[in-house]
Amino acid sequence: MTVLQPNLVDEVRADESFNASACMNCGVCTAICPMELEHLPREIFRYVLLGMKEELLQHQETVFSCLLCKMCEVNCPAGVHITENVRSLRHYFDRKVFRI
Amino acid sequence: MPLPTGDTIGILADNLRLRRSVLPIPVESAIRWTKGLDLPHGGERVLYTGLMYQLIPYIEELVAAQQKMGESWMAGFTGFGRQINKILNVSAFMAHPSRDKLESFDRVPRNVALLLKRAGIEFGALYEDDLYSGALAYDLGADEELKEHASKVYATLKKHGVKEVVTIDPHTTNMLRSVYPTLLDGYDIKVRNYLEVLAEAEMVPNHRLDGEVGIHDSCVFARYEGVTAQPRQLLEGAGLSLREPEHAGTMTLCCGGPVESLYPQKAAAQAERRVAEIAAVAERGVTMCPLCYVNLQKAAKDRIRFDDISDYLRQAYEA
Ligand code: SF4
Ligand code: SF4
Repeated sequence: MTVLQPNLVDEVRADESFNASACMNCGVCTAICPMELEHLPREIFRYVLLGMKEELLQHQETVFSCLLCKMCEVNCPAGVHITENVRSLRHYFDRKVFRI
Repeated sequence: MPLPTGDTIGILADNLRLRRSVLPIPVESAIRWTKGLDLPHGGERVLYTGLMYQLIPYIEELVAAQQKMGESWMAGFTGFGRQINKILNVSAFMAHPSRDKLESFDRVPRNVALLLKRAGIEFGALYEDDLYSGALAYDLGADEELKEHASKVYATLKKHGVKEVVTIDPHTTNMLRSVYPTLLDGYDIKVRNYLEVLAEAEMVPNHRLDGEVGIHDSCVFARYEGVTAQPRQLLEGAGLSLREPEHAGTMTLCCGGPVESLYPQKAAAQAERRVAEIAAVAERGVTMCPLCYVNLQKAAKDRIRFDDISDYLRQAYEA
């Protein structure tokens, strides 16, 4: 059973630029990503918004495999700050998982 | 097997905090490029390397060591390695690039300095105070370490009376121009990349080059900093015929370099894909970033040769 953590998005959000909620799940990013990161950004952003911490933690490798190349971001119709959001997710892992 | 992500990031973050670089290198390697150029110390405008080209030979050695370690018993000692690294600079023991290798990467900042002189630009250098920008810490989400480091860099620029920096590689350009203003209140350093400065100078080449070259745009230049027209203007002005691969300009394809420190195999697969695109249009490739250069040349082996853009520009424009 999925345990929800409603404040997850507040823990992940490093600053006001975190705008995962602008994503309308159109799939352009998934189609265009050269790393074929099918869970990133849209699915993983959704885990954060819904408080699905376990699912987020299972995707550590995906979060750190992103090239931050912005191919998805410049083609995103909703203006989602995808790479900034990915950096916020990494910051979350650094602090909460790796305890750096 | 890659090294554990958390420990790798931990070592890089500790180095930045304790030694002002993710990968501390000897001072003589950081400043060797300035030899004989007679550049003033500091001043209102400086050529700022952010150590990117000087770091590459060391990164190459460590990546090779990491790949070996990742497959051996030493992988189990990574957490322990991080503890030792807090006291001793582990990378200094592990990486000893050859003199030839070091000199081949020093050539790029030297090329740039000579090109700026040719364009009539006055500038100084910061020598041992030319610090790494923190780009890798930024990408890995080490925000607190980055912010602390960025304030050290800014204080150093201020101490030397710097108002404008001319950068070389895309990552340092992006950090100093677009990221630092979001981290530091009152940050007021003007940042231009040397390709922008040279394009504006509209120099006429002294030696016209010929031949075809396939261009590889760096994602950071093309999609973060809007630098795509200037390298084309300069290379075409030098006489070269540019060949555009399938993905070019703002739709460029990444070289894979950004995941090299954590997932070398994924980086290699991405580089392979990019090399194939460039090899399909030309027998030589041109790069504008040291990370792109290393990743692509490593993947290309002897198939095609890559050169840094500054090598072509120096051949064409230097007196
Ligand atoms: S392209 Fe933008 S809006 Fe579409 S799924 Fe990706 S992040 Fe969401
Ligand atoms: S930034 Fe690049 S690698 Fe990362 S999700 Fe977007 S397209 Fe894929």
